[in-house]
Amino acid sequence: MDQSHSQEFIQHVINGVSLGSIYALIALGYTMVYGILQLINFAHSEVYMVGAFAAYYVGSNKYLALTEHQGVGALIVLLIVAIAACSILGVTIERLAYRPLRKAPKLNILITAIGVSLLLQYSGQIVFGSDPKLFPEVIKDVSLFKIGGVEVHSLDVTILVVGTIVMLGLHFLVQHTKIGIAMRAVSSNEMVARLMGINVNRIISFTFILGSSLAGVASVLVGLKYPKIDPLMGMLFGIKAFVAAVLGGIGSLPGAMLGGVLLGLCEEMVVGYISSTYRDALAFGILIVILLFRPAGLLGSVQREKV
Amino acid sequence: MKISRHCFLKIRSAMPALSLALVTVLALALGCTKKPTNTNEILVGEFGSFSGSEATFGQSTSEGVKLAFAEINKKGGINGKQLRLISLDNQGKPEEARAAVQRLITQDKVVAVLGEVASSRSLAAAPVAQQYQVPLITPSSTNPKVTEIGDYVFRVCFIDPFQGLVMAKFAALDLKKKRVAILRDVKSDYSTGLADVFATEFKKLGGEIVADESYQAGETDFKAQLTQLKGKKPDAIFVPGYYTEVGLIARQTRQLGMTAPLLGGDGWDSEKLSELGQDAIKGSYFSNHYTTESTEPIVTNFIKAYRDAYGGKTPDGLAALGYDAAGILIQAISRTTEITPKNIRDEIAKTVDYPGVTGKITINEKRDATKSAVVVQVDGKVNRFIKTIAP
Amino acid sequence: MAALTDQTARFNTLKSLPAPVVAMMALIGLGVLFDNFTNAYTQFVMVLILTNVVLATSLNLVNGFTGQFSLGHAGFMAVGAYTSAWLVTRPELGALPDFLKFLLLPIGGGLLAAVAGYIVGLPSLRLRGDYLAIVTLGFGEIIRVALLNSDSLGGARGMYGIPSTEAVPALGLTAFSAQFAVASVWAVITFVTLWRIVHSAKGRAFLSVREDEIAAEAMGINITQTKVRAFVISAFFAGVGGSLFAHSVKYLNPSTFTFTKSVDIIIMIVLGGMGSLTGSVIAAVIITILPEMVLRELQQLTGIDLRMVIYSLLLILFMILRPSGILGRLEATDLWKMTLGRRKAEDRKVEGQRVEGKA
Repeated sequence: MDQSHSQEFIQHVINGVSLGSIYALIALGYTMVYGILQLINFAHSEVYMVGAFAAYYVGSNKYLALTEHQGVGALIVLLIVAIAACSILGVTIERLAYRPLRKAPKLNILITAIGVSLLLQYSGQIVFGSDPKLFPEVIKDVSLFKIGGVEVHSLDVTILVVGTIVMLGLHFLVQHTKIGIAMRAVSSNEMVARLMGINVNRIISFTFILGSSLAGVASVLVGLKYPKIDPLMGMLFGIKAFVAAVLGGIGSLPGAMLGGVLLGLCEEMVVGYISSTYRDALAFGILIVILLFRPAGLLGSVQREKV
Repeated sequence: MKISRHCFLKIRSAMPALSLALVTVLALALGCTKKPTNTNEILVGEFGSFSGSEATFGQSTSEGVKLAFAEINKKGGINGKQLRLISLDNQGKPEEARAAVQRLITQDKVVAVLGEVASSRSLAAAPVAQQYQVPLITPSSTNPKVTEIGDYVFRVCFIDPFQGLVMAKFAALDLKKKRVAILRDVKSDYSTGLADVFATEFKKLGGEIVADESYQAGETDFKAQLTQLKGKKPDAIFVPGYYTEVGLIARQTRQLGMTAPLLGGDGWDSEKLSELGQDAIKGSYFSNHYTTESTEPIVTNFIKAYRDAYGGKTPDGLAALGYDAAGILIQAISRTTEITPKNIRDEIAKTVDYPGVTGKITINEKRDATKSAVVVQVDGKVNRFIKTIAP
Repeated sequence: MAALTDQTARFNTLKSLPAPVVAMMALIGLGVLFDNFTNAYTQFVMVLILTNVVLATSLNLVNGFTGQFSLGHAGFMAVGAYTSAWLVTRPELGALPDFLKFLLLPIGGGLLAAVAGYIVGLPSLRLRGDYLAIVTLGFGEIIRVALLNSDSLGGARGMYGIPSTEAVPALGLTAFSAQFAVASVWAVITFVTLWRIVHSAKGRAFLSVREDEIAAEAMGINITQTKVRAFVISAFFAGVGGSLFAHSVKYLNPSTFTFTKSVDIIIMIVLGGMGSLTGSVIAAVIITILPEMVLRELQQLTGIDLRMVIYSLLLILFMILRPSGILGRLEATDLWKMTLGRRKAEDRKVEGQRVEGKA
């Protein structure tokens, strides 16, 4: 390997990790809800889209004109707006669409989730318009340092760091706090949890707020990295993040993180060393092979069938 | 408990019967409704992707079409008859495109059809127009195969071979580039068509295609492909995609430290391009139908009318093509003595030097538009005119 | 036991009548009726309905009856569609009479799709639930990307000008009614085959896998074989559906066969009732007509395209108000008996429990 090749390789690794950490950030939201309700919340990617648009409108020149006040302050404002919008939307969806179906078969909630996702996509196209919009660039993406002659940008590092912090924070929350214990209780047996005096509805609402907040954080960070937003932006990242969550073992927080980064790297290497036309096909192929050897994902635990 | 279950069963058993009955009645009612035909109206159909992932292209086109219709109706229509446009959405799906055109022709009985941006959907729907002998003008389907479907199918845009040649010549002869890399959108036939032609023509002119990578519309991360391109050290990158992706591609190209200019086709034409690409897209070139710098009254009037009608928005290339497609159709209708699809077809075929926004349009014997192309350079919000290339 | 006799009774009602033949004739008759009284647009939608009936009922075998979660039905459909569109241009087939050729083409599409179904079915031995869903989803994507990149099959431009059935004057059929007849024949074949499979002794195996894999295995059912069989049969008919689609739309593009298409079919079976073939038929009719004929009228009236907004709202509402779908796990024939009051009281009780308890 001569120098340019190794540089190229390092560049691919950095690209892959940076793309993967975005998948991971969104995948955490999927996994969170799945852990409690065993529901693939298809609407999660649309919650993320709405978060991006909320931040866009507030930050746009019409309201706060945040592009003129670049800096960390502006970023925090956008984050708060996106988190608030996502949480409200997430809880509303849970109340109106999922709660009435709590006792229904899993597939029904799944279809409802798809319905909600379609509803948000298409009403988004009417409300926001379907043309792409420029996300307010409140902080500049600068080159931080170099690895092997390859620049590493601040946003990539931010996304990875935020992802890791969120994962650790969630892990702590779920494992070591009272509400986390309650969440795990609801997850393992809702009926018993109820009997133990846990307010199941409140726990589930809390989970949705948490999951949706993650979507809010992701929407702002991704909006800064890829400053183009449109009402269907959730679809692509949504499916990829969902795949990442499953790859890591759905329901597992470190799994979502690992799955995301792995999927990002996988895609990157496929493009780099095999073929860009077959990017998705090969990435899915690799995923299938991994799942064949680890049927419950990389970090998921195989559930023994109870007799 | 027992009673409630009984009732439940009753309702349950009634449901499907009811829903089936409802559906049948609706289907029959809708299938049989004959809309009262207003003899003072001329019905024209339009189909496009007004929702779904390609909605923004369909909507732009439709805005151009609607503007042309509004203008002629304000002038009193054609021989006192108002034109009515029926726009149907196909969600960007070929099968829906076919259904929509079938509906426009056999149910709404339109005299002509305008549509589709994407060649794939035009290819799916145009055979219907041909079968029922109703003229169809596509504003922006560039694949040569589209008008080969039959003598009722026309277009007002370039075809891929011409535009590919324009950019290949420009890159090789004007910019004196030797090593060009291609980044194409495999999901779009427009992009792959243009890329193929460009590659052949550029090689003929002595250039070298150093890399040919691809992406899929809708993606946002192109760094993997661009890293590959970077290794090949191209002195220009040909990206025959739509502005929706090109803005981000330009940004990421610069982030990776590449300074080579990007080259593209008419899919770039939108004010969104420079908005999304900012400084990264500055200095790049693309081929287009017209330049907004033009001082011709038809162009300036169109831009002004469009801004007035749609809240200050600058029209993009698709809107201009939609406007011209509608304009050619309107002119053809006004030339007919009796308004029948057949007569309109014949008149469209006779179009010579129609003064369109996108240039002087002549419909040739292959029912394609012959018109010259311009090459423009992106410079902030304006696209600077560089040169005109005649066919 | 009661349930079993109940099933056999169901089976007998169809067996005692030459129902499939009657149904085919009735449908073909309907086709002639449509031919004379409706426009080409309505006719096009009618053929789409039959195509969707084939797709929905076949997916129901895997998702509804066998309890596996497949998200890749559009992939099988694509295999069938492209195979059929490729086969039709083969000169070797030129010797066949036109109508017969189109009647037989779906078999070609179906067979290749079945092979694909076998390949996808294999991982289902190891995977379950959402993991299987991802694998089937991934498979569908792989097929789509492969099609997108194959120049000989049109790539992104798609395959256009695919031949379709022509008029058969000898049988008194016009181009449309011939096409409708082909679709009808295949819709009935699909329905009857699946019905017989599901209600046969072997077919019980599918249900047992859905209800409880371990218990099924303990009863000596080869789970592996059963699941793969379900995938293969389902994929075969998905291929048939794809073939019908190819020759009615006469244009194929990889962008048709996305994840969204699979979801559309899943929506049909959930709406109709998982594990109800007649429910799938009803839902296929509704889902095809709703956005095309009903909501389009609304669009023309209001001028805004709210089709998908209304569609998704209705979907959500329906799921909330009627989670088990239109028919649940019942078949339309059950309702027929129930409304006629022929059914014995205890049977009804069993049925009620089955529906509410396990739905």
